[in-house]
Amino acid sequence: MTLYAQSLWLIPALPLLVAGIGAITRHRGVAIAAILAMAGSFVLSCLALNSALAEPAAHTAYNFAWFDLGHGAMRLGFLLDPLTAFMCVMVTFVGTLIFIFSLGYMKEDPNFSRFFCFLSLFAAAMLGLLVANSLLLLFICWELVGLASYLLIGFWFHKPSAAAAAKKAFITTRIGDLGLLLGMLWLYNSTGSLLFYDGGHGVLEAATLASLSGTILTCGLAASTAIGLLIFCGAVGKSGQFPLHVWLPDAMEGPTPVSALIHAATMVAAGVFLIARVYPLMSADALLAAVPVHALTVVAFIGAITALMGALIACGQNDIKRVLAFSTVSQLGYMMLALGVGSWTAAIFHLLTHAFFKALLFLGAGSVIHAAHHEQDIRSLGGLSSKMKLTFITFAIGTCALVGVPLFFSGFWSKEAILHAAHGWQVSHLPFYAAVIGVILTAFYNTRLMAETFFGKPRSHAAEHAHENSSTMTTPLVLLAVGAVLLGFLSTPYWPWLQLQLDPTLEHEPASYGLMGLSVVLVALGIGAGWALYWRTTRTKASAPDPLAVRAPGVFAALAAKLGFDEFYAATFGRLNDLIAAVADGLDRWVFGGFVNLLAKLGVFSGLVNRQVDEDTLNGGFDGVSESVRGSGLRYSHAQTGEAHGYLRVMAAAFIVLALALVLGGVR
Amino acid sequence: MSPLHLCLLISTGLFCIGLAGALARTNTILVLLGIELMLNAANLNFIAFWRFGPSPASANGMIFVVFSIAVAAAEAAVGLALIIAVYRHQKNIRLQDANQLKG
Amino acid sequence: MTFALLLIGLMMLGSAAWAMLGRNLIHSALLLIASWAGVAGFYLWAGAEFVAFAQVLVYVGAVSMVVLFAVLLTRQNQISATLIEPASRARAATGILTAACVGAIFGAAILSTGFHGAASAGPVSSVKRIGLELMHRNGAALLIVGVILTVALLGATVLAASDSKNSPEDLP
Repeated sequence: MTLYAQSLWLIPALPLLVAGIGAITRHRGVAIAAILAMAGSFVLSCLALNSALAEPAAHTAYNFAWFDLGHGAMRLGFLLDPLTAFMCVMVTFVGTLIFIFSLGYMKEDPNFSRFFCFLSLFAAAMLGLLVANSLLLLFICWELVGLASYLLIGFWFHKPSAAAAAKKAFITTRIGDLGLLLGMLWLYNSTGSLLFYDGGHGVLEAATLASLSGTILTCGLAASTAIGLLIFCGAVGKSGQFPLHVWLPDAMEGPTPVSALIHAATMVAAGVFLIARVYPLMSADALLAAVPVHALTVVAFIGAITALMGALIACGQNDIKRVLAFSTVSQLGYMMLALGVGSWTAAIFHLLTHAFFKALLFLGAGSVIHAAHHEQDIRSLGGLSSKMKLTFITFAIGTCALVGVPLFFSGFWSKEAILHAAHGWQVSHLPFYAAVIGVILTAFYNTRLMAETFFGKPRSHAAEHAHENSSTMTTPLVLLAVGAVLLGFLSTPYWPWLQLQLDPTLEHEPASYGLMGLSVVLVALGIGAGWALYWRTTRTKASAPDPLAVRAPGVFAALAAKLGFDEFYAATFGRLNDLIAAVADGLDRWVFGGFVNLLAKLGVFSGLVNRQVDEDTLNGGFDGVSESVRGSGLRYSHAQTGEAHGYLRVMAAAFIVLALALVLGGVR
Repeated sequence: MSPLHLCLLISTGLFCIGLAGALARTNTILVLLGIELMLNAANLNFIAFWRFGPSPASANGMIFVVFSIAVAAAEAAVGLALIIAVYRHQKNIRLQDANQLKG
Repeated sequence: MTFALLLIGLMMLGSAAWAMLGRNLIHSALLLIASWAGVAGFYLWAGAEFVAFAQVLVYVGAVSMVVLFAVLLTRQNQISATLIEPASRARAATGILTAACVGAIFGAAILSTGFHGAASAGPVSSVKRIGLELMHRNGAALLIVGVILTVALLGATVLAASDSKNSPEDLP
């Protein structure tokens, strides 16, 4: 097992190698190399999973020193446990399929090789994040993932909206990452280590957790709570939770495979993964009674708010990718909710199933967009069920999984686990109610999406002439659809195999038929409402008003405007930022710049003075001296008359003077 | 006035005549001859002091005069050769005309 | 004794003065020969026979010949030689004045000095003695003077040798 743990670095290394190759060449073969690398990583991940499942309770860590810091070394490490292994398998499998899909989708794009270079970079960073045993290594890969997301959202950077969306994504996640960094620093300061499992000294191990939860701060919070909440900030940013969810819908500016891989299946799940990874830290304060707030309570409520809000807004969106984006926000809220109410295994189970069916939905949307020549407005689509049969069938399977149609579709089982956990939460039942309403809304807006896109008559020229795409694009859809169905059976209430593998200490609770029946009823309600509004009488024209808008115009307008978050942020934080920027600009320009200019002017002035002094005094002085020497030399040279008589005369006269001097001086 | 005084006065007279000639005449050859006279006056001085001097047994005075005559002869030869060369250049031997080395 | 000296001195000085003042160059050269002969006579009166002979040989014999040759080789227009320019007159006056001053100073110095010398019987010099002195103690000086003479006369020859390209005298 340690051998596998030691070799875990190979899993991210293969895509990283391809990313490096892709950075220096424009050859289209980079795509094939990327697919092969991901496939290789998939094989390695399966081997790792096999090894991890042999001993599910063990967290096999391989730590090494990165660089020496004097009194100690900065240590990094790799961790092999079922959580890591399952996530790696999922990421590599879905990643390989999406890479294959991109072969067809991005075929005409001139920057083909750059796309695969960035995708490989992202894959390497994501896998590195998953295998990290050190919060530092995780953070490094976290930031790399953010960078890759920025590069890929802004892939078509000459489109101003894409460039702006990339910036927005990066800055918004950065705000969350600040909290993560602070939590990391606090953790290092308190415990002196950032390793998760380190033979008893790791941050997630009993001794450290006891000391952290035992430290009560002045505000009444336990240290572990505070650190946990700070780390949760990073997850809020990366996973698009309320209030930092605003970047996810805009991130749809990137190519659809990017949306599928990063903003549905993997990167946004990194936040959920992080909380699941540091779950022992988050739940360390569970037994403390006197703290004002538990970390997981905050997580649960934020998750619940996000789940409800995302589902609401999705009902009012008209862009096929925006609907799916808000659906992702909502589902991530579900996962956070599950984490908060105490069942991190349910959250991970939902994460795994969500990865498959959301990636499937996004790739299906990509297939539709590609076939309809980049028409993304669902009001202008329609009638595609007959034109694109395979896409339609797989999209339907994905929708059923997302909605949670019972028994055969994975979403049902994973959502069931979440509802079960929420129902059993002692603190409050509010998240449970939010989740319940969310189920109805999810069914409703997904029905709306299916009806508007696939049923009825084609409402535009693009939809008229759509046809099924090539097999490179449809085969991944099929494979993901199979996964979307089969994955559900990994953890049913009758046999929670996955959850047991992840957490062998889990208590097996009996299946609650009441809850299962409730969720079936909810799903039926939602689908029914959607059928009534959108399927029974399909839209006739692209410009016709939305049936919901007709019935509740105010509500629909608010939902279509995404509840005004962007405008609110622009008016408050945006304006504040502009003000600070203006102040800083003024300070820089007039105070600091003025000072620097003054120094420069002083320098110039002293240079001028120096030159004048040099020219007048020094040069003049030297020149004057030289001139006087020359002048005197000139004058003295006139004494050389060239006449021998003159010289003789002078000699004689000098001799006379000498003789007189000698005589009168007393020499005889 | 001892004979020594007389000798010395005579040599002084010769010296002054030579000096006057060297300073006053235009002709370069006469200037040279004036200088020769001055040299001869110096030689006279030497012999006078040898004859009336304190150590009569030494021949130093004579030896010196012999050398002086020899050197003076050489110098006269060179000087006259120079004069011939200058004459060739400026076609006369006026000393005033040979003043190209003026400043 | 003194009378002979006076006579020799008079002849010496007189011919020298006439030579320096004369207009004719050849006359001056010949008069100077006489003066040099007078100097030789003085040496004889003083008892330095060897030096007197050397004087006659060198000066009267060689130098005067060289002077005469030079004079003959540098003949110039007689007309310009007779005119005395005012500048030249002033120069002559200054020269004579200077010489007079020098003479006055010398004379004063000489007359005011009392020499304690041996008076009458002069030193005896023999040629053998002179020869010994020359070769023995002043041998180096003798050799050097020999070298000087050689070099000087070679140089004089070179200087005076006619430059065949430039000299117009050789053109037919």
